[in-house]
Amino acid sequence: MGLLIKNAIIVNADKIWGTRQDILCEEGKIIQIAPKISVANRHLHEIIDAAGKKVLPGLIDIHTHLRQPGREDKETIETGSRAAVKGGFTSVMCMPNTNPVIDNAMVAEFIIREAHRVGLCNVYPIGAITKGQQDGELTDMAELKASGCRAFSDDGKSVLNSRLFRLAMEYANMLDVLIIEHCQDPLLSAGGVMNEGVVSTRIGLKGDPGIAETVTVARDIEIARYLNARVHLAHMSLARSCELIRFAKSQGIKVTAEACPHHFVLTDEACSSFDASTKVNPPLRSKEDVEAIKEAIADGTIDCIVTDHAPHTKEDKEVGFDTAPFGLIGLETSLGLTITELVKPGIIDLPKMVDKMSFTPARIVGLANKGVIKPGFDADITIIDPDHEWTVTQEGFVSKSKNSPFIGRKLKGRVEQTICNGKIVYHAPIA
Amino acid sequence: MSWKHKHLLGLENLSRQDIELILQTAKSFKEVSSRDIKKVPALRGKTVVTLFFEASTRTRISFELAAKRLSADTLNIAANVSSTSKGETLLDTARNIEAMNVDAMVVRHSSSGSVFLLAQGLKCSVVNAGDGCREHPTQALSDMFTLQEKFGRIEGLKVGIIGDILHSRVARSNIWGLTKLGAKVTVCGPATLMPRGIEALGTDVCYDLKKVLKQSDAVIALRLQKERQQDKFLPSMREYSCLFGINQAKLKEGSDHLIVMHPGPTNRGVEVSADVADGKQSVILDQVTNGVAVRMAVLYLVLGTKS
Repeated sequence: MGLLIKNAIIVNADKIWGTRQDILCEEGKIIQIAPKISVANRHLHEIIDAAGKKVLPGLIDIHTHLRQPGREDKETIETGSRAAVKGGFTSVMCMPNTNPVIDNAMVAEFIIREAHRVGLCNVYPIGAITKGQQDGELTDMAELKASGCRAFSDDGKSVLNSRLFRLAMEYANMLDVLIIEHCQDPLLSAGGVMNEGVVSTRIGLKGDPGIAETVTVARDIEIARYLNARVHLAHMSLARSCELIRFAKSQGIKVTAEACPHHFVLTDEACSSFDASTKVNPPLRSKEDVEAIKEAIADGTIDCIVTDHAPHTKEDKEVGFDTAPFGLIGLETSLGLTITELVKPGIIDLPKMVDKMSFTPARIVGLANKGVIKPGFDADITIIDPDHEWTVTQEGFVSKSKNSPFIGRKLKGRVEQTICNGKIVYHAPIA
Repeated sequence: MSWKHKHLLGLENLSRQDIELILQTAKSFKEVSSRDIKKVPALRGKTVVTLFFEASTRTRISFELAAKRLSADTLNIAANVSSTSKGETLLDTARNIEAMNVDAMVVRHSSSGSVFLLAQGLKCSVVNAGDGCREHPTQALSDMFTLQEKFGRIEGLKVGIIGDILHSRVARSNIWGLTKLGAKVTVCGPATLMPRGIEALGTDVCYDLKKVLKQSDAVIALRLQKERQQDKFLPSMREYSCLFGINQAKLKEGSDHLIVMHPGPTNRGVEVSADVADGKQSVILDQVTNGVAVRMAVLYLVLGTKS
């Protein structure tokens, strides 16, 4: 049984192929790439004509929230997987702030089992750094690693206790797993609900100062330097954070960083609408920060683009800006926003986009067989039409939640087909 | 000049003409309150509900009297936290009340911007009686009415706003309203209670109270919540009062025509000393009197618009 993609213009992180190729996949692997692969004498269950489209390695989101177990009213592994493949993602890593928290093998194994039953995309649980994400004791990381966790994070909050964070990094380094830090000092944030600045002053919402992020970035960089250990900084939102990371990288410190589309598309001005879907953590920042994030993506300071997909129900969000929970959904808009805001204006090209959304995320979390279209690699493939224009609508979301500040926005770039493990898992509606 | 707004959510989005129309309308309504028979039939048959999620005596009563003097039927709801703890959202509560056919809802809520949520989700008029730290438009309108009464103009006046600017919706509404009408506003208070980038709203910032008193035609002292000390914004109330409290001695720094205002309720001896609050330069009670007239004008105007 095999799958053949014909007439593919392949886009890998290193280049766009100049000529059309056929791609043959069997047993979940890419077997052969050649200008013309004969269909004779082969058991093909699917043939796709990709003429006029671009064929990318499947997108990988290393920062998403699937809410299961615990908040199945917001999202489940099934609905989240459906949103992922519609957005072109073949692999997602889900954060451990579920209920119960992913701090033991049983929860991690449940997620992997459930994702397997759903069978749409690869789901990798991220283990908690501390038990119950309580900033108290480290989790059994080796056991969690054995049950499938490639990375650890207390996402939603920082590991505030600096000694504990140092120990976590030392321990994770020994196990060769990644520590992902949510950089935000809660004492400095002090209950802020949006970026502290002129807009928060104007509209009277409690401000969360940028220094809550940057002091944690600086701390983590220093610990990484001291230990010569790796650290990955989640959802960077500030110009100053980019400067600190740029400096750290220039010193050879093993730091990697990610950014989310909403932080390179929207500013804190969006909060003036009091639309709770603009309430996100870290908050939307200033115009200068938005420009700096774009620049940092282009120059490699920011290694990858993630969604921080954070579904919330209408009931939870419609309670006033102050009390609404933080977060917005991103799986279904990430590619379109990246193409529209970064690729079309020429800030990055398509191979660089593949680098940020597939190749490098795979390298950061050690998915050695992913992120490249090449014989021997996993048959995770996303076929896109980068010029197809579409409008984000509430009804269009397949995620269980609709908390997107991008509803009504016109985007360029649409996923046509998503192939995971050699199977077609998503097909864009005709017309 | 006609009124076009179905709601009054704040002064930020009103024009100079809108504000002048409210003040002008309030002038004729002030006369009504001084009559023996304090009632006109302007809003007969209309229902006005005050829905307060935060404690208030003065503002709520002022709105109630305003509605009654216009012959509207009034209903006061002090919604405590329990309705939200029952799982009912702010919008649900308001929609349930609206379903009984009310024409205007006067709302106070601790969350900035909550009145926008209501204005979008309701069919009736929404009047903001204070939303979080954002705006308290009718208080600022009362203050502006009082200033106009005392000075005959607002254009060119120098007004100091003293105290906890960070958490003050009265300060924000006054900054919008006064600057739109051509006054020069200076904010003055502890640096820890000065919101970042406040200058962008068109104000000067000064940390020296004496200097502000010296240059101003009027000062508005803001109420200082006791919690600010617990939240470590201030070393002590005593120190606050030394630096930013207005007493008779400091008042001598200013000109003779300087007037002292306060949106109430005052912490006597903290923001203003008793002799200042009761002194001849204080117009604190005029602000309260004028509040009714201004609120009559607002209710009259928003309920008079065809949506």
